[in-house]
Amino acid sequence: MSGNSAALLEVRDIVIRFGGVTAVGGVSFDVGRHQICGLIGPNGAGKTSLFNCISGFYRPSEGQISLEGQKISDLPRHRMMGLGIGRTFQNLALFRSMTVRQNVLAGAHSQGKAGFLAAALRLPSSTREAREAEERARALLAMLDLEQFAEIPVAGLPFGWQKRVELARALISRPKLLLLDEPAGGLNHSEVDALAELFHDIRRQFDLSILLVEHHMNLVMRVSDKVVALNFGRKIADGTPAEVRATPEVISAYLGEQAHAA
Amino acid sequence: MASQFSEAPPSLRSGVVRPGFRVDPRLLWAIGIALLLLPLFTAESYRLFQLTLAAIYAIAILGLNLVTGYNGQISLGHGAFYAVGAYVAAIMLDKLSLPWWSTLPAAAVICGIVGWGIGRPALRLGGLYLALTTFSLAVAVPQILKYKGIEDWTGGVQGVLVTKPDAPFGLPLDVDQFLYLVTVGIALGVFVLARNLMASRIGRAMMAIRDHALAAEAMGMDIANLKTATFAVSAMITGLAGALSAIAVEFVSPDSFQATLSITLFVGMVVGGVASIIGPIFGGLFVVFVPNLAEEISKSAPGVIYGCILIAFLFVLPGGVAGLLRRLPALLRRR
Repeated sequence: MSGNSAALLEVRDIVIRFGGVTAVGGVSFDVGRHQICGLIGPNGAGKTSLFNCISGFYRPSEGQISLEGQKISDLPRHRMMGLGIGRTFQNLALFRSMTVRQNVLAGAHSQGKAGFLAAALRLPSSTREAREAEERARALLAMLDLEQFAEIPVAGLPFGWQKRVELARALISRPKLLLLDEPAGGLNHSEVDALAELFHDIRRQFDLSILLVEHHMNLVMRVSDKVVALNFGRKIADGTPAEVRATPEVISAYLGEQAHAA
Repeated sequence: MASQFSEAPPSLRSGVVRPGFRVDPRLLWAIGIALLLLPLFTAESYRLFQLTLAAIYAIAILGLNLVTGYNGQISLGHGAFYAVGAYVAAIMLDKLSLPWWSTLPAAAVICGIVGWGIGRPALRLGGLYLALTTFSLAVAVPQILKYKGIEDWTGGVQGVLVTKPDAPFGLPLDVDQFLYLVTVGIALGVFVLARNLMASRIGRAMMAIRDHALAAEAMGMDIANLKTATFAVSAMITGLAGALSAIAVEFVSPDSFQATLSITLFVGMVVGGVASIIGPIFGGLFVVFVPNLAEEISKSAPGVIYGCILIAFLFVLPGGVAGLLRRLPALLRRR
């Protein structure tokens, strides 16, 4: 593990090409410990490609990504959760036939060790770890007010509540870094307002960093300690929300219309 | 912080609170075991043989349900594992004169290895392609069993004859009663193990992979390993059932394991309830008794009757018997 001053997540010179198209052309930034970092940019700026790269779903064409000094950009996807990277999805990716509780427990998979035999025979090691996971699931369901729906198939819940199930599923493994892909997407005003507070609560209780990709500018500026702005696959700003908001490139590329309107 | 979120619609809330329709699980166990033991005293030997066969099919269907129902890998070739298990048992009994009980773990292990070998490359195939590939296995196996080069072991077209074991320790049971007891005991053990497995992190991972593979990977599930292992365990269970069937039927031949056997297992799975642990029990009873019933109704066209009963079943019980049982508390409450 690297020293205290080192960032939790280091993104270095990432290039992502799809065929002949360069979606991301050499982006570097850091996410510090305990930091909430917003990744913004107009449509097609490359945020989602970069996000998918960090979560291990794409391999970068060039550059590397490290978590706590360990290179992660060449590891298989299913290793990410175990290393401490939890994520939610833009358009919900829940296990639809499973109950809310089962969905949340599925998030604890990487923390368990019991194999087929230990699970089938209910060996003490397997029941112990199952009890621990169930205890954490109970706490998370209570925290997110999902207890009343615990035994309902998740597909039966309204969208906003399903998003909360996804959040609980990502949190149960106690990640060091939580990746949120458009957490405000599809939520109504009051729900979005509650999100900012929720993220600060989560950071405090789970001692983690958050990287969010988000269109909802208001939320990003309010919740983030640091904002990284992309345009056409390049980084155009990186700093506090106030600094980024004042950057001319950002204003022209992204906030321009809003500034005019205001 | 939670109260700041919008409240859930009332329709959902009302569905959540489950008023106390609960049966003590110990009572259910006692009734179940009594029901299982009852035929020992009441059923004549042919009926007991049919029930033994139903229990064997239930085990085989349970194996199929793990891989297809819970893990979403469609197999139309599980009859092949059943056949391999049966032949392993028959050869061990007839050619090697080994004790009957030793054939069961051996068949399970060999079928597990074969299942692993097939499950690994099958990872590349999704949905219907996997279904067709496994089906071709079901078609090929009876012919492979006739192959001249292994005739000394398999008995070629003639097959292999075996005899049922006598009850040990001077137990006052005839061969059919003893075999029924053994089969039901093994079935009970396998079903309990399967239930434990499905309630564990492994079972959740199997279902998660079926529901959303990409999200499952993000949750840290190693899809390739889990799918292959599931296929192997599934083949193991179905192979164990095959070994029991060789002992119960006292005969194996290539014609006992035609491709239709795989379809029969599949039918049993759907009728009993896809992705259900107790469903295969009803599936096993269905595939043994309904063809007989069809034969009694019409000697000339039992297939037509069977088909009609099957369609009626699926129409009345869309979630299989297990689906009905799941809805039963709600249906009773509505009265």
